[in-house]
Parts: sequence; C-alpha cells; structure tokens
Amino acid sequence: MMSVHVVPDLMPALPELILAGMAMLLLMFGVFRGNDSTRTVSWLAVGTIAVAGFFVIVGPSDGVETFSQMFIVDQFAVFMKVLVLIGSGLAIVMSFGYIRTEGMERFEFPVLMMLATLGMLMMISSNDLMALYLGLELQSLALYVVAAFKRESLRSTEAGLKYFVLGALSSGMLLYGCSLIYGMTGATSFSALTAALSSDGDVPIGLVIGLVFLISGLAFKVSAVPFHMWTPDVYEGAPTPITAFFAVAPKVAAIALFLRVMMSPFGGLFAEWQQVIIVISIASMVLGAFAAIWQDNIKRLMAYSSIGHMGYALVGLASGTAEGMRGTIIYMTIYLVMNIGTFAVILNMKRAGNMVENINDLAGLARSKPLMALAMGIFMFSLAGIPPLAGFFAKFYVFLAAVNAELYALAVIGVLASVVGAFYYLRIIKIMYFDAPADGLDSAIVPEMRIILSVAAVFTLFFFVYPAPFLAGAQAAAQALIP
Amino acid sequence: MILQALTFYLLAAVTLASGVMVISARNPVHSVLFLILAFFNSAGLFVLMGAEFLAMIMVIVYVGAVAVLFLFVVMMLDINFAELRQGFLQYLPVGGLVGLIMLVELLLILGGWAIQPQAAAVAAAPTPAVANVSNTEALGALLYTRYIYLFQAAGIVLLIAMIGAIVLTLRTREGVRKQSISQQVSRRREDAVEVKEVTSGSGI
Repeated sequence: MMSVHVVPDLMPALPELILAGMAMLLLMFGVFRGNDSTRTVSWLAVGTIAVAGFFVIVGPSDGVETFSQMFIVDQFAVFMKVLVLIGSGLAIVMSFGYIRTEGMERFEFPVLMMLATLGMLMMISSNDLMALYLGLELQSLALYVVAAFKRESLRSTEAGLKYFVLGALSSGMLLYGCSLIYGMTGATSFSALTAALSSDGDVPIGLVIGLVFLISGLAFKVSAVPFHMWTPDVYEGAPTPITAFFAVAPKVAAIALFLRVMMSPFGGLFAEWQQVIIVISIASMVLGAFAAIWQDNIKRLMAYSSIGHMGYALVGLASGTAEGMRGTIIYMTIYLVMNIGTFAVILNMKRAGNMVENINDLAGLARSKPLMALAMGIFMFSLAGIPPLAGFFAKFYVFLAAVNAELYALAVIGVLASVVGAFYYLRIIKIMYFDAPADGLDSAIVPEMRIILSVAAVFTLFFFVYPAPFLAGAQAAAQALIP
Repeated sequence: MILQALTFYLLAAVTLASGVMVISARNPVHSVLFLILAFFNSAGLFVLMGAEFLAMIMVIVYVGAVAVLFLFVVMMLDINFAELRQGFLQYLPVGGLVGLIMLVELLLILGGWAIQPQAAAVAAAPTPAVANVSNTEALGALLYTRYIYLFQAAGIVLLIAMIGAIVLTLRTREGVRKQSISQQVSRRREDAVEVKEVTSGSGI
C-alpha cells in the first residue's frame, strides 16, 4: 500500500499560483484577440503583478515550508519578492511606448515577462537544489526569448542567441555542481543539507568542488567577473526596455538566490567559500570600474556599471554576517531604484522618433530638457556613490559590514574602485551640462514614464531623510537568513 | 545468473560500439541509425536493472521522437559533415588538455571520496519498497505527490519553450496561397464552369 498523501499547503505559494494562472489566461486571451490586445494584456499583466505583490505582503512570512520542504517563505523571501515584482511591473510599464514604435507589439511579450517573474519568485523561495534549478531555468528561458524578441533586428537576435548559449553552459556547470553535492551528501533539500554539513569533521573535497561549480553558475546569473562576458553584448543588443528589465529584476532574484544558497545550506562551509566570493567581488568591482571608461554606448556602459555594482553587492555576502546580508539587501533595493530611473531616461533618448544610444547624444540635455537632465544627474551621482544620495548609503552599509568583518583589503579596494568608477558617471553629467548641444532630443515624454522618473529621483535624492523603514525591513530579512 | 551477465556484456558492448560508430561513421544518416541502435541497447540495460519504465521511456522518447527528429534534420539540412570534422586534428591538443584537466579533477574527487554516512539513507527515503509496487507506479506516486511542485514547474518551463519557439519563428507572410476549404466547398458549378455553344467550323 502506498501511503496516503495530503494536498500540499498552497497558501505560501499563492502569489506564484496567481502569476502562473493569469499568465496562461492572458496567453489564451491574447491568442483569441490577436496582437491588437497587447496593451490590454500588458495592463492586465501589471495588475496581476500588483495583486501578486499584495499577496506576498499579506501572506505568511515566518519561514513556512511547503511542497515537501521545497518551497520556503520567510521575511527575506518577502522582501526580495517585493523588489522583483516592483522591477518587473515597472519594466512592463516602461516598455509600452517602445514596443509600439519599434513594431514588436505582440501579446506574448507581457506574458513572457510574467513567466520570467514567476521564475524569479520561485528562485527566491527555493529551498531545494532541484527547485532552485527549475526556478532558474524558468526565468532564464523566458529571458532568452525576450532578448531575441525584436527578431528582424540582427543585434537583438545575436543577443538572444549569445545569452542562450552561454546561459546553457552556466546551467550545465550549476547542474554539475548540484550533482556533486547530491553525490556527497545524499540530499538536495536545503534543510537536509544544513543538517548534513553542520556536523564537524572533514569536508570532502568533492563537495567543495561541487560548491565552486554551483557558485560559478550563480555568478554567471548575476554577471560577476569572470562570468560577465555575455553582459555587455546582451545589454547592447536586446531591445532597451528589456535591457532595463535585465538590469533590475533578474539581478535582484539572482542575488537573493546567491545569499540564500550560501548562507542557508552552505553556511557551515563559510571558510571554504568566503575567499571565492572575495575574489569574484574584487574582480567585478575593478573590471566594472575600468572597462566602462571606454564605452560610448550608454547601454554598454550600464552593463559594465551593473557588473561593478554586483561586485559591491557581493561584498556584503563575503562578510558572511547578518550586517553584511542587510547591506547587500539594501544595496539591491537602491540599485533597483537607480537603474529603473536611469533606464527611464535612456528610453526617452529619441531623435526624430528613433532611439539613440550614444552618450554624446545627451549633449546639451541640460538646456533642452532641464528636468530630465536633473533626474539623470541625480541617478549618475547616486550610482557613483556621492553623499548624500541613496547610492552612497548603499555602498556605506556593505563596506561597513566588510570592515566589521575585518575584510579591510576588500573594503579599501572597493572604495578605490568606486572612485575610478565615478569618472564615467561624472562624464555623463559633464556631457549633459557643459558640452555644446547636439540636435535636440524629442521632447514627448509619456505620463507613466514621467511618474516613474520623478518617483525614482525623489527616492534617490531623499533616501537619507527617512531610511528607517528600509533598514528595518532589510534587517528582518537578513535575520531570516542567519540561523 | 550467467545468462544475465552474458546479456549485460552483449548489450553493453553493442552500446559502446555503436556509440563509437555514431561519431566515426562517414554518412550522417548512418550515424543517426547507430544512435538508435545505442538507444535500444541502453533500454535493454535498463530492463536488466529492473527499471522497465525507464526502458520504455527510452524507446518511446529517444527513439520515437528525438532520433527521428535528428534523422529529419540530417536529411533536410544540407550540412557537409566532412567539412565540420576538418579541424579535428587542429583542436586535438587543446581538447586533450581540457580532457586531461577534467580527468585529474575527477581523480581528485574520487581520491577524496568520503560520502556522508547518512547519505544512502537520506537518498533512499522517499522511494517505497521495491517489493510492493512496480517502478512505474512508484515513480508516478512520487511525481504527483512529493515532487508535484517540480513536476508543475517543469511543465511551465516547457510551456515557455513552446511560446518562445512560436514567437521567434512564426511569421505571417504576405502573398502566400493558402487553401481555403470553406471557399472551395461553397463554390458552385455556375461560378466555375461556363457552357459555351460552339458552332461547328469556328473556334471559341
């Protein structure tokens, strides 16, 4: 006789179920209504994401596990899921104008974005190596497709293909690592792994090799050096609103996954993985700072900027303390807002109806569109980490954690790299304010874009006035990770 | 017992030999046929191990779908496989080096092989006793209860793959002549045929 199984508790996964169900419904709706319904489907997708966000917030958050311990919802998951949902929702809203003018108005677009978001939520909540892999693949597969979505553009197709091939390679490494870990411990569940690894004694070398492969796979997803090669090409080639999406939501989800995997099952192996994370972090910060100096394409520049920022975010993880986790979580929050704002500006860089992407196209923006230039200036100063803007506090909290964990070299290199990085952010400000104006950019800016831009700018500018709720939220989230 | 061992060595030898033939056969169609042979033999190996469900899946999915798809691709695309294989000697040193490094890594792992004492027990826990149920039943029961989350997630991954394939390749082309059955059926004799009186001695 087989044992009788009860239906698993579905309530913790309610936001995911809503997203999955609505994605399929909207797909059907789109199939029957044709591509004219893209706008309706997009708004419904944004609405669904908002509803899912509501259920994330009101849902359980006390470390409840379901689906035979494969799925966990704790304070950390709630915080990161809200960030991801904000990033995804805004990315869909920002894509409205673009997909209409660039002829990619197809109803599958918002549906794929929803499914990618679903994958990210599953990544954040994963409590098992298999669940981790499936969430990651769900997310990546949808992202490969949207990267190549503008199929008559050679660059977009190339971006999609390149992303796919390298992504498949990284998934292979991740799976190889998972299989080694499973082979050594006999468990895939994070709680069983924690139990198996907390006992003292020699760590088998196979386990460490497996862990390094796992880290490589995850480092690819957050585009940390030396697994960053795909980032500039994919960011440049993908349609701009999709680049904006890539720069925020998947990064937040992948960092969340990174933190959970490192701290929760492998927290006992801290001594083994700390040096790997330190090396990855230093390499990312330095490469992000230096390689961006020579870029003229603003999307490429943002790609290198994003590589650098991932390096800073990993500084918090390298410290391995609750304070470090809090720093990383705050970093990702502020990173999300700054990037959404910056890409809102980039999406409005149009001349005679065509998108332009060169940095020099921003010349004289201060005179033609002073408010947009001011917002862009705020984001650039903040990305560079100049006080009292939000970006300064993001860096402050991770470096503080690194210093308290006695990682002085890491903190010093980080600060030096951010000084170098400040060069190219300030160069954009210089071009906007002091260079001879180029032909003016189109001044049509849609209301939703204006709202996103203003909110992001106000948040970045006045974060220091009242950071307490974010700090408290991040603190609670970090505590959930540390057993 | 001896019969079982003999069967095992026969199946294993044929599998290995056809595996070698897959990459060395000159004709790509032969390669695919050898691949099918390899699949059949590994299905036989699964049966020997008592995993009859996997054996069936192997035949149905790999032979029935994957290999036939390969055959279509090989036959329909005009790929010069001899040309593809040309750089083989050139890349041999690099490939050999990578292989060597992987071998050393594997030896390192095997050298330090220390399985957690409870590993076997943890891994075996979810499966019911072999004596009670057939393995098809056991797999099904696990898949739909304990692993339902992964099963559904894999389903959504496949859905995305399908959407992606359609989005990236389907295009509505102008000026294509398509068969419209309703139009054909509703067409009447008067629309299509005109009867003309032809007087003898003159043309139409």
